[in-house]
Amino acid sequence: MSTKKEIKLDFNSAWELDPAPEDTKHVSIKKQYDLFINGEFVKPNSKKYFATYNPATEEKISEIAEADEKDVDKAVKAARAAFGPWSKLSGKERGKYIYRIARLMQERAREFAVIETMEGGKPIRESRDIDIPLAANHFFYYAGWADKLEYAFPNKNPKPLGVAGQIIPWNFPLLMAAWKIAPALACGNTVVLKPAETTSLTALKLAELIRDSGLPKGVVNIITGAGKTGAAIVNHPDINKIAFTGSTDIGKLIQKSIAGTDKKLTLELGGKAANIIFEDAPIDQAVEGIINGIFFNQGHVCCAGSRLFVQESIADIVIQKLKDRMETLKVGDPMDKNTDIGAINSKEQLLKIQEYFKIGKNEGADFYQSSCSIPKKGYFIKPTLFLNTSQSHRIVQEEIFGPVLAIQTFRTIEEVIEKANNIPYGLSAGVWTDKGSKIFNLTTKLRAGIVWANTFNKFDPTSPFGGYKESGFGREGGLHGLSAYLDLK
Amino acid sequence: MSRIEILKTYKIYIGGQFPRTESGRYYPLKNKKGEVTATICLSSRKDFRNAVVAARGAFGGWSSRSAFNRGQILYRIAEMLEGRKEQFVSELILQGATATAAKQEVELSIDRMVYYAGWCDKFQQVFSSVNPVASSHFNFSVPEPTGVVAIIASEENSLIGLVTAIAPVIAGGNTCVVLASESKPLCAVTFAEVLNTSDLPGGIVNILTGNSSELHSHFSTHMDVNSLIYYRNNKQEIKTMKENASLNVKRVFIYDKLNVNSEGSQSPYFIADTQETKTTWHPIENIGSSKAGY
Repeated sequence: MSTKKEIKLDFNSAWELDPAPEDTKHVSIKKQYDLFINGEFVKPNSKKYFATYNPATEEKISEIAEADEKDVDKAVKAARAAFGPWSKLSGKERGKYIYRIARLMQERAREFAVIETMEGGKPIRESRDIDIPLAANHFFYYAGWADKLEYAFPNKNPKPLGVAGQIIPWNFPLLMAAWKIAPALACGNTVVLKPAETTSLTALKLAELIRDSGLPKGVVNIITGAGKTGAAIVNHPDINKIAFTGSTDIGKLIQKSIAGTDKKLTLELGGKAANIIFEDAPIDQAVEGIINGIFFNQGHVCCAGSRLFVQESIADIVIQKLKDRMETLKVGDPMDKNTDIGAINSKEQLLKIQEYFKIGKNEGADFYQSSCSIPKKGYFIKPTLFLNTSQSHRIVQEEIFGPVLAIQTFRTIEEVIEKANNIPYGLSAGVWTDKGSKIFNLTTKLRAGIVWANTFNKFDPTSPFGGYKESGFGREGGLHGLSAYLDLK
Repeated sequence: MSRIEILKTYKIYIGGQFPRTESGRYYPLKNKKGEVTATICLSSRKDFRNAVVAARGAFGGWSSRSAFNRGQILYRIAEMLEGRKEQFVSELILQGATATAAKQEVELSIDRMVYYAGWCDKFQQVFSSVNPVASSHFNFSVPEPTGVVAIIASEENSLIGLVTAIAPVIAGGNTCVVLASESKPLCAVTFAEVLNTSDLPGGIVNILTGNSSELHSHFSTHMDVNSLIYYRNNKQEIKTMKENASLNVKRVFIYDKLNVNSEGSQSPYFIADTQETKTTWHPIENIGSSKAGY
């Protein structure tokens, strides 16, 4: 079936949007940030600082301390010293501190959103409406668990693990910090958290907020740096638990390097989600789901719907509608409230995505980008499709972590289940159909930790998140997220 | 003239068949007096790989059986165990147990199998949740089996070590490959015969006999194994297995301190070890009668 030109929607000719940038004047960012250890900001042992940039302008924002092994040791010692009193504090009182953090975050939400967008490149619309509210809600949710843990695991006597070392990625900086810190504290642990080196600022603003909240010193320590700092946390002998979110490669390294220890581990790693559109799906909604699935947060999402499977009978119309919808996406200044797709997080990531463009073209897939213009400065990529891809293509098998969608068609349910599952990852999946029994058939057979049926990329503090297979193990969020931070023996 | 006894050939159990090890290797099992009582297969890497193929092939069918049906089959295993009680007792005695201890071990094993038969259609309700998300979606989380589980069972225990290791794994819908005790392997082979007559389809449980120091690295490096469970206390083997597990992010459970004869070695939490949590979202339509208040 071919699409007739006359049914195509024309969004562009009738109206132009004026720039609507969010004001940044009310935001306070220091010229230099130190390490947050034992309740105060301290200079790094090495005296070294690294610059952090705005990926939309390539301008320097601030300087961040680089923590070395001695700093990590100092942070772990502070967390260890704080663990005794913190774990003995009643759950009721622990919960009150966590509630305070949630409330303070709600009060300072706009400042957090602006900084998240300045440093991370994500559209202000997303940081304002998704990242920051979800982060605050996560603290609010887990605060309430602190004095109710004995109800979560029947016949068990839950105990905290001790000091948790937590390493988080750059795609949802504050939200990932919340996912890590909130359940750890509710369960009575103390933490040493390291944000990603390109997105340290909102974690450091969180450190200021935690200091202001009156949380006992040393319960939360936030130290900054790159891979070496992370390795020092992973290998520190006095850490009881490692929680990592990031790439599957690094996750495997961590799993290997702590093999000889008793450290508990949870991993939330990469993904390559299948987003499956059946011929009986509500097509316009499904197209919105495809767009949201792959272009949300520039595709820097581990659970992004980066593999599209369209049933053959509707492939032409779905792809045409998808291309039409892509034309309406505004790529550009992340601080503009009308922007849909912001800046790629770093130059390194930009180059990686561009490398995959070459790989995909060489593999013989058809390359398509929307016709939009992108700013001359900063790291931007137009929304991109690869058509006529096949299972063996690297652009189908590997996580690109950008606004790049690989499209395949299918004929039967058996075929699409086989193809969707035939990949080392298993984080998430999407299914679009109007038929309930088909949804349940698919959702039970897809080997993935989260399945979105007739929706995509939805998150909630009460909803467990985490993968099957090489997408990691353990869950974050909900009741299930507690067990990552408890000794249930 | 007294009758000459028929001696049993002890073989391994792969995909519902009883082959000898493809390697042709064996080790002699001796009693306290040093007499050879049986010839046992010394399984190879290839046997293990064949067993994983069988386990993977059986996974789709077993995991999609109804929980009620899985419960019935586990209960059937217990019935078959009960019928073979005397044989297990005499094998345990042959392996050095006292008559009292042997009887206790067999009874505990049967009871444990019944215990897990009952959990087959109940643990899901204990570990599931409906999640009250703030948006207009229906959202729930359920346990689903991890996949193929490779198990190195207790060395000190024979039948009870196997039942403790296998029952929670298959109760949850997984399939498995198990290395039995090297020094006490007789019950393992007889247990395989029980499984084979219990309506348990071939490939769901595969049992090898042999040597852990040879096989543990193959168990842990195999890329189609999803989870590892280890019931021994060799520190070096534990470290190697945990390291190798990182190759494909296997879920590893080390029960080096677990006393499989204790009540504490059975609980639904052992089923939960080899379960993944799947969370499903679906929108709720909020049009029309949403304000109905009755």
